[in-house]
Amino acid sequence: MTSVRRRLTVVVPAFGLLTFAVLLVAPTLGSTPISLRRVFDSSIAWDDNVDAQIFFVARLPRVLAGALVGSTLAAAGVVMQALLRNPLATPFTLGVSAAAALGAMAAIALHLDATFLGAAAIPAACFGGAMVGTTIVYFLATRVSGGLSTNVLLLAGVTLNTFFSALITFVQYLVDPADWYRTARWLLGNLDVSSYTPILASVPLIGIALLLFALLPRTLNLLTLGDDVASGRGVDVATAQRIAFLSASLATGAAISLAGPIGFIGIVVPHLVRLLVGSDHRIVLPAATLFGAAFLVSCDLIARTIMSPIELPVGIVTAMIGGPFFLWLLVRKA
Amino acid sequence: MLRADNVSFTYGQGPGIRPATLSGISLEIRRGQVVGILGPNGSGKTTLLRMLCGMRRPDHGSVTLEGTSLDRLSRRALARRIAVVPQETQLAFEYTVLEMVLMGRHPHLGLFQLEGPNDFDVARDALAATGTAQLEHRRFSTLSGGEKQRVVIAAALAQAADIMLLDEPTASLDLGYQLEVAALVTSLNQERSVTIVISTHDLNLAASTCHELVMLRQGRVIAAGPTTEVLTPANVRELYDVDADVHVHEPSGHLVVVPVTRVTRPR
Repeated sequence: MTSVRRRLTVVVPAFGLLTFAVLLVAPTLGSTPISLRRVFDSSIAWDDNVDAQIFFVARLPRVLAGALVGSTLAAAGVVMQALLRNPLATPFTLGVSAAAALGAMAAIALHLDATFLGAAAIPAACFGGAMVGTTIVYFLATRVSGGLSTNVLLLAGVTLNTFFSALITFVQYLVDPADWYRTARWLLGNLDVSSYTPILASVPLIGIALLLFALLPRTLNLLTLGDDVASGRGVDVATAQRIAFLSASLATGAAISLAGPIGFIGIVVPHLVRLLVGSDHRIVLPAATLFGAAFLVSCDLIARTIMSPIELPVGIVTAMIGGPFFLWLLVRKA
Repeated sequence: MLRADNVSFTYGQGPGIRPATLSGISLEIRRGQVVGILGPNGSGKTTLLRMLCGMRRPDHGSVTLEGTSLDRLSRRALARRIAVVPQETQLAFEYTVLEMVLMGRHPHLGLFQLEGPNDFDVARDALAATGTAQLEHRRFSTLSGGEKQRVVIAAALAQAADIMLLDEPTASLDLGYQLEVAALVTSLNQERSVTIVISTHDLNLAASTCHELVMLRQGRVIAAGPTTEVLTPANVRELYDVDADVHVHEPSGHLVVVPVTRVTRPR
């Protein structure tokens, strides 16, 4: 059996290369063919250089957003599955996503982007919703049991998820048809950011979450064996669970604020990675973080091109792949 | 070396099954001993083990390791001294046997430190000591019950602690595996000088492996001392409401307990 160090020196460069290749190729492909020579030809004025505009305004931000969101949701999925000791958990299991979505729905319904804060209104409300949801779930889970009970966490999270989803439906019912269309589009998840500002805004939040994730891998291995085993091996279980829950929630909130609730990344990617590299989180976590980027950018490439010139929201593509995959996992397990 | 002084504990309000409470428990685990904790279901055996490894803090009284209160030791420091083998180990994800045993090295590794050659040596040595070396590359979930239990004990052994607490290590095993685990406990104690505390329902396991016994009923110690002195028909009756014959089994030289009838305790 090779050591973790040796496996890391194979796995990380392999997934790194794959992701790098996808990120390099994806912006050059799309419904309109572009010439890379023209894109980087500085002798052509920006206003006349349609190729450069497509590359730098339409495609590159989209690819970068896809990479960031894909990495974040995949890593958050790995952490959530270990924390809840449940391979079927996703970053959205504990209600953070529904709370985030409710925040976005409220911002759309109240036209906050027209009256207040401008384009940042919806992401800001969304992230605020995620943090409120996280606080409620955390409060419930610590209140009932002194420590942080993963059972209560799961029950409270799933219940709040349903409750917030009901509120989302309620908001959608109240708004006028034009706003309803915006809410529905938002809920599908979309990487069409067409500017670098929201990406840059989410980088610090995602950065903090990923740094916290980096503290966790060996501890996550032990948490999956159960609280008693982890504690007996020297893990401060309550602290580890708090860091895992709060960092995964932060990551999820930031990712949803950027691209809406893009489903299934957080479960498909971790499982594909585990099939390839085993269950040691010291390898799974970096591999899933890299592969998440490649996976979501690839899905978005399909979304942009498969029904060209129509662009699908990427959430539809990930759901088409993720739904059957999820069922396959379930059946395989049984 | 490990002492409980007048330890009491009550589980707080909360949902779920309320395990037993403990009241006024004092005991001392001496270095090099194998100590058995006996008692009926709900008598507080598991709770007592949790106190002894510092997973739970007593409401009153204290647990000390060589004079230092467990409260003053970090989880990590404690894990380097005391290893725990829980009743059951259920995996949410697949790990190989070697991966499982290497996880025992957790309290010896820094935050970002990976296992080095020394850790692999310790893990392989633990596999050899538990007779599971040939299972190294197998997935844990494909092992039999007895193999799993031995691998879990190997992981605890890799922790290199001088005290090992085992919570009903034979509870879900058939007779053959029960004997294997009993022999393993004895060899760890004799050949590796591990001080061992076992909670068990199996009186004959206790009789054959334990130097000393602590008998718990309803969270109190009703008898404690050397096995040959404490394992008496009177104490078994007091403990389980069962009339039993206890006699020396000549070939093995240790006591055997033959349960005869259930008695009704006058209320």
